[in-house]
Amino acid sequence: MTSETRWALIFLLPWIVGFVVFTAGPMVASLVMSFTDYNVIQEADFVGLENYERLLADRRVKGSLENTAIYALLHVPGVIILSLGLAMMLLRVGRASGFFRTAFYMPSITPTVAVGALFLVILSGNGLFNQGLSLIGIDGPNWLTDPPWVKPGLVIMSLWSLGSTVVIYFAALRNVPLELYEAARMDGANAWQQFRNITLPFISGAIFFTLIVNTIASLQIFAEVFTMFFGATQSGAGQSSALFYVIYLYQKAFSDLEFGYASAMAWLLFVIILIITAIQIRASRRFVYYEGSR
Amino acid sequence: MQQRPLRGLALFTVLSLAIAACGGGGATSAPPTGTGPSVPAESEPAESEPAESEPAESEPAESEPAESEPAESEPAESEPAESEPVESEPAESPPDGAGLTGVMEVLAQYTEADEIATTRYDIFTDQNPDLEVTFTESNFDAATFLASVAAGNPPDVVRMDRAIIGTYVANGALDPIDQCITHRSIDMSQYRQSAVEGVTMGGQVYGIPEFYDSRIILINDSVLEEVSLTVEDIDTSDWAALSAVNEQLMAKEGDSITRLGFDPKIPEFLPLWAAANGTSLISDDGLTSNLDDPLVAEALEYSVSLVEAHGSASDFLDFRGNGPGGVDFFGAQNQFVEDTLGAFPMEQWYLNVLAGASPDEGVSFAPFLDREGNEITFASGSAWVIPAAADNKEAACEFMRVVTLPDTWYAAAEVRATTRAADGEPFTGTYTANSVADERIFSELVTEESAGAYYEGVQLALSTADDAITLPPNAAAEEFTRIWQDAVQRVLNEGVSAADALADADQEAQAALDAAQP
Repeated sequence: MTSETRWALIFLLPWIVGFVVFTAGPMVASLVMSFTDYNVIQEADFVGLENYERLLADRRVKGSLENTAIYALLHVPGVIILSLGLAMMLLRVGRASGFFRTAFYMPSITPTVAVGALFLVILSGNGLFNQGLSLIGIDGPNWLTDPPWVKPGLVIMSLWSLGSTVVIYFAALRNVPLELYEAARMDGANAWQQFRNITLPFISGAIFFTLIVNTIASLQIFAEVFTMFFGATQSGAGQSSALFYVIYLYQKAFSDLEFGYASAMAWLLFVIILIITAIQIRASRRFVYYEGSR
Repeated sequence: MQQRPLRGLALFTVLSLAIAACGGGGATSAPPTGTGPSVPAESEPAESEPAESEPAESEPAESEPAESEPAESEPAESEPAESEPVESEPAESPPDGAGLTGVMEVLAQYTEADEIATTRYDIFTDQNPDLEVTFTESNFDAATFLASVAAGNPPDVVRMDRAIIGTYVANGALDPIDQCITHRSIDMSQYRQSAVEGVTMGGQVYGIPEFYDSRIILINDSVLEEVSLTVEDIDTSDWAALSAVNEQLMAKEGDSITRLGFDPKIPEFLPLWAAANGTSLISDDGLTSNLDDPLVAEALEYSVSLVEAHGSASDFLDFRGNGPGGVDFFGAQNQFVEDTLGAFPMEQWYLNVLAGASPDEGVSFAPFLDREGNEITFASGSAWVIPAAADNKEAACEFMRVVTLPDTWYAAAEVRATTRAADGEPFTGTYTANSVADERIFSELVTEESAGAYYEGVQLALSTADDAITLPPNAAAEEFTRIWQDAVQRVLNEGVSAADALADADQEAQAALDAAQP
């Protein structure tokens, strides 16, 4: 081992220790727990694959996975498209872009529980959102109590906190070489062609990154939804349509004291995320362009 | 597999996974423990005051004085002590609590608690100067509590909702307190029967009841007058007539609801409607789901019909929670002031809210009647329990005894009455699970003058408190509740028939109950 390697390992040591103690260790332990009937209070018994068999038969697991998948399918494209649009507009506001970047990012630092409570008011039948819709002649639905509209309502709420994605796209857009646009214009390319053939390829790495990050985040959504539908300020309705996977996991662990089962649920989610991410990475080889990649 | 060596790591693991699953930031961060579902909707807010959040029918407990209960000094002959011993409880400690030493941690708030709590805690600490009493400064939260249990350092005494005790008993987290009751001569007959039933499993007592919520019907006088009805017309024993009254009380502009008629308060109050129809959601021993009972289905079908008479369930629920009045449930612009509600069954603590928020509003009261015309109500509330792994069970037992004594309750209520009087605010009483305490509080501290227009409601709440039913504790406590509430949601939102939804729920609930048995 060279001296350089040793020093590198020394500098990496804090992270390695943290990873082993706070991530890898607990993950391994939870894998073990998923094969037991652990409830925190009593001794755990080995139950083999029983927890995983129960997962397959549990209709709430199926329902919560469906809810989560629908949310992710609405949320991820929504965030990407809206953030990209906002980032492109930011490019055109000149010196004011700093102010707008801050403004867009502010909601991201708002406590998620506060966001949930806030949107209970905004999304109610007579709330601000529906009042806004009524100005353009749309009679808005009951976002909080009408089951088919609960998840779209939550997506609307989630779009409020897209500041970090906007900032990433803004940075990526500023790295696109301007001379390429000049050359394209000289070749007669219109705005869409420039966007399609220059902008998108150059920011595809950023889009890919945000795709993965937002997909994972949407599959793990918890705090705002819990606040709105299952906590002290719950709306008292539409709960089954807002039962996302991690919320159900939390209920099994901390309400029903089924930590073994909850661990199995956590591992199922881990595997699902792993598969989705693997598919995304594989697909990325076809559409992601890395400038200067070797 | 032995759990002990892995105990800390195991809890850490699950917590970490839960936190990791909930995300590390942004839109996916884990919930603060205070918002966890551990304390169900019916959990305890700060002592006898309702949490000012929203119409989550839950809140504190209160109760009424039974006509003539024995004095609190009565020894415990009324309550059996046939249970197993609480190991760490020394048998010879004196009943007056003198000589208690060491440290005792209480899972409850002190600094942020109201005078009803602090006065009682102070009485205990004053009586036990050699005992160091500490408070967790939090309300019950399952995650926090379980973390302390896993760490082998649980609080010595815990304030917990009676509705969730069953789960912790079934999992061995709580000790029976029968020996504590005997040793400390705690007179269990002073506590309301339904409250004691709420802490009794398998013939053993696991807690000392604290607050007591019961339900009465609150009626908006101005709406009654507008539609030319009387209080006597609000009669839950005659379901056909009540449906007609519901239609008269409600108001709509086009398709939009402008006033709820008779709000049945489902899903939460389904147990009350089932009781009115002569049945219960679960067997008395808490072992068998009764959700597939046709009488439960009939009760659900009927209560849903009261909602659907307004239009869609989602419109009804949105108006109830977010419409005019509903959005200011605890404030001066509540639904009685806004005339956006005709009548509803509600916990009696809400009298306190209305008395403070809208003292001059015309509100009448009626008992909830079963279909035979008998007064019934549904009771819930908190209790004090002792974790199995508590270090100072002797002190915990004495604490539970002292803070629920009639004299202690009275002292706390007196402080509140004095404070309210000094502030020029009404005082409608503190409803405890101790009927002897209630008798004193409501006969000596609560007057027509102190309770104002709500005095009649107070009297009614007191007179019906002993007619309460409660869901017996069961091992699947919160899961069972989620299952039947989900069935109600399916009927309300998905158009599933009550019988079908409850049949599905029954199977699921029975499986949960069976799986949760120790």
